[in-house]
Amino acid sequence: MIVELNGKRAKLPERATVADAVREVGVAVEGRGVAVAVDGEVIRRLDWGRTRLENAQSVEVVHAVQGG
Amino acid sequence: MRSRADSDRDPVRAESPSHGVRPDGGPDGGRAAERPGEGAFALGERSWGSRLILGTGGFRSLDALERALLASGAEIVTVALRRVDPTTSGSALEVIDRLGLFALPNTAGCYTARDAVRTAHLAREAFETDWIKLEVIGDDRTLFPDAVELIEAAETLVDEGFTVLPYTNDDPILARRLEDAGCAAVMPLGSPIGSGMGIRNRYNLQIIVERSAVPVILDAGIGTASDASLAMELGCDGVLLSSSVARAKDPAGMAAAMRQAVEAGYAARRAGRISPRLHARASTPDEGLPQFD
Repeated sequence: MIVELNGKRAKLPERATVADAVREVGVAVEGRGVAVAVDGEVIRRLDWGRTRLENAQSVEVVHAVQGG
Repeated sequence: MRSRADSDRDPVRAESPSHGVRPDGGPDGGRAAERPGEGAFALGERSWGSRLILGTGGFRSLDALERALLASGAEIVTVALRRVDPTTSGSALEVIDRLGLFALPNTAGCYTARDAVRTAHLAREAFETDWIKLEVIGDDRTLFPDAVELIEAAETLVDEGFTVLPYTNDDPILARRLEDAGCAAVMPLGSPIGSGMGIRNRYNLQIIVERSAVPVILDAGIGTASDASLAMELGCDGVLLSSSVARAKDPAGMAAAMRQAVEAGYAARRAGRISPRLHARASTPDEGLPQFD
């Protein structure tokens, strides 16, 4: 399937989950300080492994950076 | 007719109750006395040992950040959320966690209540905290808060159970509206973010302090140590700063200076400064002065 992952087109396997998208951007799924929104809705960490993505969804994977 | 001395005097400065904690617990001493204990800083139903909150933005390296954090004595440090960039190595959060500090997420870069609320939701998930430093800015030239969007975001987040710490203008009415909305503190700017211009309207800040029942934290504009001291002397409960340390020639050195400045300003406020006067008042008595003629 094709999703928009952090603003870029990304190809993920069919039946990919939110956890797959997190791994795709290169962060550890168990790492602290990471959060995900799919089509603007935050997906709780507990649900990453069981939340399947759908074609053309927009996925934002964010993490902590330095900031005032 | 007013005397020259009166007209020369800075009227607000001379008349303001904020220039001295009265020993009798007058208007000013009363507010200081409400605090839970000598030096303790109650914020968001927690008690903190440091009144200095440090932003983590703008440091040249994680090592510089770590040394500054240690020198500052800060317990609360702010972080932001951005898209994952796999090319970066190491993270500010690792440093913060290793030092046992509290990471306070912000909503920096949000222009609308909707985006700020969404960012707060992401932050709650990422950091497992319902504390949020709420920033909703109006434009990228001034980085001044957008009052309308800020109030809307604050109301929504308070309703959702967040501990909301809003970055706000030095506007006493807006500060009161944020307090009424249930914010855990108000955080007025001294001058634009990153400008280092210090406190541009100390009188507004005094009015905010005088009227606020929640902690007032000076957020933004600090340039050097005396600015941080002044904020505390004017009655702020804490100071949040970032650029003045991160972009200093020696960040750890400036962090240590800021720590001392906040402590000194707070101590001076509690000790009660003398009222300013135009003319001298001898500190040595005339009595017993030897006569030589």
